[in-house]
Amino acid sequence: MDLAELLEISEKERRKKKPLEIHCCVAASCVSSNSQSIKDKLTEILRNQNLADKVDVIGVGCLGLCSKGPLLRNSQSGEFYCNVSLDNVEEILKDLKGEKCRIEKISPDDPFYKKQMHIVLENSGKIDPESIESYIANGGYITLYQVLHEMTPQEVIEEITKSGLRGRGGAGYPTGLKWSLVAKSVAEKKFVVCNADEGDPGAFMDRSVLESDPHKIIEGMTIAAYAVGAQQGYIYIRGEYPLAISRLQTAIRQAKKYGLLGSQIFEANFDFKIDLRIGAGAFVCGEETALMQSIEGKRGTPYPRPPYPAEYGLWGYPTLINNVETFANVVPIIRNGSEWFSKIGTENSKGTKVFALAGKIARTGLIEVPMGTTLREIVEEIGGGVPNKGKIKAIQTGGPSGGCIPASKLDTPVDYESLIELGSMMGSGGMIVMDENTNMVEVAKFFMEFSKDESCGKCIPCRAGTYEIHNILSKILNGEATQYDFEKLKLLCKMVKETSLCGLGQSAPNPVLSTIMNFEDEYLSLLKEDI
Amino acid sequence: MSVKTFSIDGKVISAKEGQTILEAARDAGIFIPTLCHFPGLTNVGACRLCLVEVSNSSKLQPACTTKVSEGMEVRSNSEKLKEYRKLIIELLLSERNHQCSVCVANGNCELQNLAMTLGVDHVRFDFRFPNLPVDISHELFGIDHNRCILCTRCVRVCDEIEGAHTWDVANRGANAIVITDMNQPWGESESCTSCGKCVLVCPTGALFKRGVSVAELQKDKSHLEFIIQARVKKQWIR
Ligand SMILES: Cc1cc2nc3c(=O)[nH]c(=O)nc-3n(C[C@H](O)[C@H](O)[C@H](O)COP(=O)(O)O)c2cc1C
Ligand code: SF4
Ligand code: SF4
Ligand code: SF4
Ligand code: FES
Ligand code: FES
Repeated sequence: MDLAELLEISEKERRKKKPLEIHCCVAASCVSSNSQSIKDKLTEILRNQNLADKVDVIGVGCLGLCSKGPLLRNSQSGEFYCNVSLDNVEEILKDLKGEKCRIEKISPDDPFYKKQMHIVLENSGKIDPESIESYIANGGYITLYQVLHEMTPQEVIEEITKSGLRGRGGAGYPTGLKWSLVAKSVAEKKFVVCNADEGDPGAFMDRSVLESDPHKIIEGMTIAAYAVGAQQGYIYIRGEYPLAISRLQTAIRQAKKYGLLGSQIFEANFDFKIDLRIGAGAFVCGEETALMQSIEGKRGTPYPRPPYPAEYGLWGYPTLINNVETFANVVPIIRNGSEWFSKIGTENSKGTKVFALAGKIARTGLIEVPMGTTLREIVEEIGGGVPNKGKIKAIQTGGPSGGCIPASKLDTPVDYESLIELGSMMGSGGMIVMDENTNMVEVAKFFMEFSKDESCGKCIPCRAGTYEIHNILSKILNGEATQYDFEKLKLLCKMVKETSLCGLGQSAPNPVLSTIMNFEDEYLSLLKEDI
Repeated sequence: MSVKTFSIDGKVISAKEGQTILEAARDAGIFIPTLCHFPGLTNVGACRLCLVEVSNSSKLQPACTTKVSEGMEVRSNSEKLKEYRKLIIELLLSERNHQCSVCVANGNCELQNLAMTLGVDHVRFDFRFPNLPVDISHELFGIDHNRCILCTRCVRVCDEIEGAHTWDVANRGANAIVITDMNQPWGESESCTSCGKCVLVCPTGALFKRGVSVAELQKDKSHLEFIIQARVKKQWIR
């Protein structure tokens, strides 16, 4: 493959385009409510009515507003058809013919869409995730060509560094710095790993990106591999994501066929392969050292760092590990330049963040907003607030590693530092809105139950500490705990946080600590008198 | 090989480059509690008893896996560390069934010794009394899971020194348990060479020689240390 061939594919694909396209979401949430059959039925009706040469029905990735799925979009008006069922496919047809239709529609000017900014999700809902041509027609793989032929690895790393991109897997480590560490390590072999384990309960950002735009991850990883000097890549993905796995397999096969993976990519002196590694779905296997053990075929338990993977990773070789969303930012950054990227977001958190918005709000789904957007804008404007005039009590961010932010702090801009200041954290991007009927001690117990069950059991503070914390929370909720137990709870949380081996144990107490910090009264009111 | 100078609890000591804080401390006669560490086996940093405060880090660091660096200031005995170590021992004692008075290792147990050294005089958690099996299918040895603290010393000695890899860990969290081969009775293990290294290396009464009655178990680790020394450092001198 060379540049001329790439442009030809793109041109050919664009010539094929019909005046009107109906984009039908075929990402997991909509597929599970039958969107494939809706797509088939619509295609069939259009064919029967001899409209097939004017209108095309295309399966695309997530359209964002998953709670109103199955979702379809009209490419001319940009409008979204909501809650479509097999029975009202004909209504869409009426709409196309300009007749009155009774289907619920959402305009692209709705606050849900207006407030967002799509970088990671730029192709989601626009391209067919199972067609490499569709990706190429949208500008795909041109950036890789430019990187391989016009940039040195050092220049690529500089762009990423200057952009200010930080890891989206949770900790927010500067991506450019990580890349330069791996690039500087001297070894005969190096690896690039994409962490697609996504174990946080309620999170589906990474899955959605992989289902909607798999080639973007492949292109991002290949650019990373060129920058750090790796020859082999792995995508570590959990077995619970069959649709994402199959789309990745398709994408890898297509990229190989076009010579965009394998040896001498774009006829440059650069070889890179990507293999999938399917995890069994243990939360701890998202932790980078456990993940590498798992890829090596061992029991997935963490080990102490240093040495960091950048120096001593898979089979002892330097290894770059980044999150799916992190890799998804690479192509846009190189394409538009680091300066463009670093103008988006806040002082120390650049770019956008994808959130899985869920809980007690009117509109839930997948959103992407610039860093620095306030929590209020996200939950009230984009999410539409609590239905039936209910009140927000707290927002849980960061999943089991995060915490609950009280409604009084809704005007906080979302970035890495300000969430930590509020006792929570960015985490991977789960965001759960809780209304005034929520019992915060129960919330803490829910997350502690998760951490207790997911603890790998290797180190004692996490294995036994989370168990005892969970125990005390149960006692409190049953009205059986005293002030003594409450003090013990606080001590245990501190101890588990400070002494655990890996991030799971170190962050497991966060939901408890943050609810104590912001809602201590609720705990105290449940305690009984000391005897 | 260059030498590093650093301090532990204000006492200036020197160490060889590449040594861990724990090794240097032991050379200098400074006590840092450990359970999962065994000289010559890989360090896994699992028991967290050896955590120390290190000047260049805001997090507590395991002395068994942290290498010394020039000028580093280590604190091994702060009030916080003492409190956390006690808690760890209490958690270990409460999660399984530790009735020392009826245990083969009574008086010869590293967990019991540490509990005494660290001043654990009561346990703040309810004992869990899990219903765990005792496997005496092996003709020479037995394992009582009720006394196991999952330090994985048996797993490592069997894999790294004997080369049999009979032991491994199954399940996770509170359900984690050491197993032989594919979780079959020890007596049916095809990989076990009956060398007894795991029994010698076990810090508690979990692994024992059959026929040894309560409080009779003697675990003379010097023989094992000799073998490890020979294998790892290629030194065959007693
Ligand atoms: C218990 C635990 C689970 C984790 N799960 C994930 C995960 O599912 N996906 C992910 O990208 N990072 C996860 N991480 C963070 C990774 O260890 C690692 O920091 C990250 O993949 C690095 O990529 P980034 O720099 O692009 O964020 C987890 C960390 C811990 C401690
Ligand atoms: S903190 Fe928890 S998950 Fe991490 S190593 Fe320790 S036991 Fe395993
Ligand atoms: S293993 Fe040690 S601590 Fe446990 S019962 Fe036996 S002697 Fe006591
Ligand atoms: S059997 Fe003994 S050596 Fe093995 S893990 Fe349990 S306590 Fe450690
Ligand atoms: S999965 Fe269809 S809109 Fe998100
Ligand atoms: S001896 Fe260091 S953690 Fe166990």
